Amino acid sequence: MNDSIQRLNAAAARLTRPVKFMEVCGTHTMSAFRSGLHSLMPANVTLLSGPGCPVCVTSQGDIDQLIDVARKPGMILCTYGDMIRVVGSAGSLEQARAEGADVRVVYSSLDAVKLAVENPTRQVVFAAVGFETTSPASAAAVLHADRLFLSNFTILTSHKLVMPAMRALLSADDLQVDGFLCPGHVAVILGAATFDPIATEYHKPCVIAGFEPLQIAAALARLTEMIADSICRSENFYSEAVTETGNRAAQELIAKIFRTDASYWRGLALLPDSGLVLRDQYRRYDARLRFQLGKPVDREIPGCLCGDVITGRATPIDCRLFGSACTPARAIGPCMVSSEGTCQAWFKYKRAVNRRSPLNLKSEISDGTLPAPVPAEGRAS
Amino acid sequence: MASEQPFTGSKISLAHGGGGQLTDELISQCVLPRLGNSILSDLLDSAILPLLAAGEKPTLTIDSYVVQPLFFPGGDIGRLCVSGTVNDLAVCGARPLGIALSLILTEGLPKSTLEKVLDSTAATAKEAGVRIVTGDTKVVGHGQGDGIYITTAGIGATACYKLHPDLIEPGDAIIISGNIADHGMAVMLARQLPQVQSAIASDVAPLNQMIASLLQATAGVKFLRDPTRGGLAGVCADLASRTGRHITLEENLIPVDPRTRHVAEMLGADPLDVANEGKVLAVVRPGAVQAALAALQADPHGVNARVIGQVDATGEGVCELHSTLGGRRILLKAYGEQLPRIC
Repeated sequence: MNDSIQRLNAAAARLTRPVKFMEVCGTHTMSAFRSGLHSLMPANVTLLSGPGCPVCVTSQGDIDQLIDVARKPGMILCTYGDMIRVVGSAGSLEQARAEGADVRVVYSSLDAVKLAVENPTRQVVFAAVGFETTSPASAAAVLHADRLFLSNFTILTSHKLVMPAMRALLSADDLQVDGFLCPGHVAVILGAATFDPIATEYHKPCVIAGFEPLQIAAALARLTEMIADSICRSENFYSEAVTETGNRAAQELIAKIFRTDASYWRGLALLPDSGLVLRDQYRRYDARLRFQLGKPVDREIPGCLCGDVITGRATPIDCRLFGSACTPARAIGPCMVSSEGTCQAWFKYKRAVNRRSPLNLKSEISDGTLPAPVPAEGRAS
Repeated sequence: MASEQPFTGSKISLAHGGGGQLTDELISQCVLPRLGNSILSDLLDSAILPLLAAGEKPTLTIDSYVVQPLFFPGGDIGRLCVSGTVNDLAVCGARPLGIALSLILTEGLPKSTLEKVLDSTAATAKEAGVRIVTGDTKVVGHGQGDGIYITTAGIGATACYKLHPDLIEPGDAIIISGNIADHGMAVMLARQLPQVQSAIASDVAPLNQMIASLLQATAGVKFLRDPTRGGLAGVCADLASRTGRHITLEENLIPVDPRTRHVAEMLGADPLDVANEGKVLAVVRPGAVQAALAALQADPHGVNARVIGQVDATGEGVCELHSTLGGRRILLKAYGEQLPRIC
């Protein structure tokens, strides 16, 4: 077995109580599930997925506005892929597209600017979603459109900042998280020092981790060791990409175009200074103003526990919609829509447990273990 | 109408699909010189094929091709429409007898584009040893199509060789004939990020000869499928569910070109979910594995063939992946459209 997994097991054996760690990055969620890391973890260590999936934390009101704007005549709405399947109060972008709306999946915010250049008679709106990893690209798009004097390009921003959400989680009285796996991509932009307050102010150990399953395992091993040894530090396990101060150019770009404002998070409600809005001098690129969309109306989906899931208060199986009314093909909550979402990951990668013993589902899953593997003859070791 | 230009023009017009003189010209000048043979060039309303050999059963398949872009690294819609149909016949143990090919062209399509596609169609048909025996051409107006859509129906002859999921038993080996995900990633990259230079190319190829030699080499092949849309995960999840067996795949045995893996990571796709157009998945009796691998590896399309998993004794209809890390996860069929992730 791998060194990191062995270290994790050795440290877990020294624990006096079960611990829960939280990652706040969709790529960590994906990597852990794809590699089967959960099935290798000791029974007393659990990895939860926090508010790190951009689709999952985007509020219902913001999604509704995206769909509304996409349905306007002559509009081209550009979005990163996962957003098109999220269901708002009146359908999804995917459904709007099937009904004739021009919704384009783009890989780069600059592709949206290019579409605006190529379609001067049409309005192009870019769905500016995500954390500090995607906001520099949105800022670059606005700057580029501004240089080209484009009058048909706007962004509908619901950009969010990671640290205010983590602070909100850490301040909650009922927090059941013992340490954090900090998002490597965000740390590349913001710098490792950003996450220091988790240890210094909130007294929870945290480790910045890369995205290979072994890097995640190594970070989890370190977190477990810190708990076992009563150490509380912020450590950087992704130093090949993350510097102490981060990417200054990207930070300056964000600051030039955006200012912070309150933002509505699914599961965390309205958090002060947790989102990004366009600065006054760039407000002409704000789709909410140009199309008079007003303030998003935020509401939660009845019965959906996504909010509790991304704050670590519930696991997907606690939700009565999970796996019955809400499945990846017919998703109700955003955590089931996104391939990074906890619910979809649980549905996709843990279903064998479900099938094997539906009655014991909860107890088997909640301790993070899976049934013993089926022996496979002739397997390469 | 501006589109009513004579065929001397460089663009396809609505009249080319009207069944009149321009259609005749298109057929005689553009199609027959490339695809013509004794049956097709007879221009009857149906193709009349030779008698089947004794004990053979006629086998029929159909598929439509709407790929964008029409040309991508490693192939094009012409190579795809022949390979896909030939492969669908081949995995049922059939030898292809002929292909019916229906073109839906969009008004304004450059004639040179059509010619290039037909050149590739002809070359691939020759490679597979199959003839285009009948066909049809329609033209739709601007905005009603997307350049070229092609539907191909294939008719083949299956000897008394049975390939069926019901034959699958515990202990059977799962073989893949080579690197996965090349086609889907090459096309997705060409569509989404054409500015990115990459060496990855589609694997699109007719596999009938390789499959024929596989079936000749051993009687231990129980089931074959080409893992096209839905990828390897889709086929294996289906197979597990259909047979009620537990199927285990070993991630470290599944061949993926590192360049393809990088593109998949960049585009947010899982290679296991990505389409292949030149690969076959074979379920083989344990005693026949060596013979099957030798037959596949002797063919240029199968040099990287290997065992990637097996059918287990338990039976709950689930396909499980043993990850390189040593962990386990369930493989499910992907939702449908491949969506890139945000970060």
